Amino acid sequence: MIKRLLMALAMTAVLAGCGSNVKLDDVPVENRSGTAVTPGGTGAGTTGSTQTGVTPVTIDPNASAVPGPAGVARIVYFDYDSYVIKPEFQGLIESHARFLKANSGRKIAVEGHTDERGGREYNLALGQRRSEAVRRALGLLGVGDAQVEAVSFGKEKPAENGSDEASWAKNRRAEIAYR
Amino acid sequence: MNTPALWRRRQLVGFLGAAALPALAQFRVEVTGVGLTQLPIAVAPFRGEAAAPQKVAAIIQADLERSGQFRGIDAAGAVLDESTRPDVTPWRQKGADSLATGSVTRLADGRYDVRFRLWDVVKGQDLGGQSYAVAAGELRLAAHRIADFIYEKLTGEKGIFSTRIAYVTKAGNRYNLWVADADGENAQSALASPEPIISPAWSSNGTQLAYVSFESRKPVVYVHNVAGGQRRLIANFRGSNSAPAWAPDGRTLAVTLSREGGSQLYTIDANGGEPRRLTQSAGIDTEPVFSPDGRSIYFVSDRGGAPQIYRMPSTGGNPERVTFTGGYNISPAVSPDGRWLAYISRIGGAFKLQVMELSGGGAVNSITDTTADECPSFAPNGRLIVYATRQNGREALMTTTLDGKIKARLAGQGGDIREPDWGPFQK
Repeated sequence: MIKRLLMALAMTAVLAGCGSNVKLDDVPVENRSGTAVTPGGTGAGTTGSTQTGVTPVTIDPNASAVPGPAGVARIVYFDYDSYVIKPEFQGLIESHARFLKANSGRKIAVEGHTDERGGREYNLALGQRRSEAVRRALGLLGVGDAQVEAVSFGKEKPAENGSDEASWAKNRRAEIAYR
Repeated sequence: MNTPALWRRRQLVGFLGAAALPALAQFRVEVTGVGLTQLPIAVAPFRGEAAAPQKVAAIIQADLERSGQFRGIDAAGAVLDESTRPDVTPWRQKGADSLATGSVTRLADGRYDVRFRLWDVVKGQDLGGQSYAVAAGELRLAAHRIADFIYEKLTGEKGIFSTRIAYVTKAGNRYNLWVADADGENAQSALASPEPIISPAWSSNGTQLAYVSFESRKPVVYVHNVAGGQRRLIANFRGSNSAPAWAPDGRTLAVTLSREGGSQLYTIDANGGEPRRLTQSAGIDTEPVFSPDGRSIYFVSDRGGAPQIYRMPSTGGNPERVTFTGGYNISPAVSPDGRWLAYISRIGGAFKLQVMELSGGGAVNSITDTTADECPSFAPNGRLIVYATRQNGREALMTTTLDGKIKARLAGQGGDIREPDWGPFQK
């Protein structure tokens, strides 16, 4: 327990000490609308009538609490050496597309994975093909590119640890993660 | 007796996990195989080493045997040191061509005085020796320096026993990037993380490691100063960032980025910044590695339908295909003299280390009998390759001579071990 805490602290210290000039986060700052507060009354958009000329903005806290479409599966499975999205997963993709278009402030990462066979870097690229296939499918349904980041874990994060076809089939996947 | 003018104490590892590894990961060296030309050498127990923290003679002998170019002659029970001229007759009778003798003496300040001498048993000649005054924690390094001296004296080539390797272990949900001696011992953790670490790559001067970390829930590339622990994030572009490879001048890295869709090769300044795209294919281009002269980049591409190894000018230009045997070739590594290409081939479902001569006929040799080989990396003298594989269901690191005849297993405990990269000669 202590060791974990120390490691976490050390990790935080290292990350804080990065001092690099490379931006850590590509995510643009979202422009959320809020309500302006003026003395003697409320009302959206009424600015300029206060003495100090400051318009405070209140962020709506509810937006990021929605986890994603309820009851919809998040994992697309693939055949060996393939990144083709099979017809049985089209409904899943359509559900997520609908949700993302209705909630244009929400973002997802599509995380591509492979089974354990093969080299780590080549499998990272194969997993990337899978996540990009899902991103493309969402894009064809009208989801904006800015809402979807396609990444890959290659063979590093298997869902199942066995070395048989049943385990491998569960590892060849793309997972939709609401961030 | 020469004392080396410069003895630089090696600073290992920054502030994460700076403690040296306890008994948890003792490496045992199991050497198998018989080479055609092996120099027979006896390394007599060093006078005084029984009372010292390290058995120096055994470390030297293991180093020399692991190189594949030496065969150890049993010297148990011999009572010799570097100042006594030995009677060479019994050693000649045992079949030795050379004999190393020495001593380890504890000094008043707690350090150790390590001395040795190398003898030509056939001619009965003194081939020279060295002495070192080192702290207890540097006794293994002293032994490796002695092994390098012997190796260079008798083969004419530079020894690699004082070099370092980097590798990754996984134990449950804990990943560590280790820096260890070339024999796998003395490992210190450069990075501990709850998420995977892959593709460590040493810079040419041995001070930095580039690697891919998944700590922020996507693959990104760090450059990490090993001695001080400082690191900088040099590739965190949209999508996945991976496969870092250093240019020999240390100023640029090649990386695989998916920022424009697909996995493509880019070069980027070692301090980060805007990357420059190198490849333009509709397929996967990844696993770049610079040629030793920095003028070419070897890489993996499946632009032809299946992954093969190609070579292109490092400034950009048309790639040409390099591998033509088999339908799946990945993970290229180039020998320091530019003559050999090591890579992994999928043959009938098994992943097997291949060594190919880059000039001449381009003959390819399959040099292992294991079936899950990964990640080959050449020693800086080009005489050995370290790679990861699976033996008896467990992940292991192995070294092999280029002809595959002599192999040594660096056996680890306490977790799976993978992703080795052999560091450069120490300055």
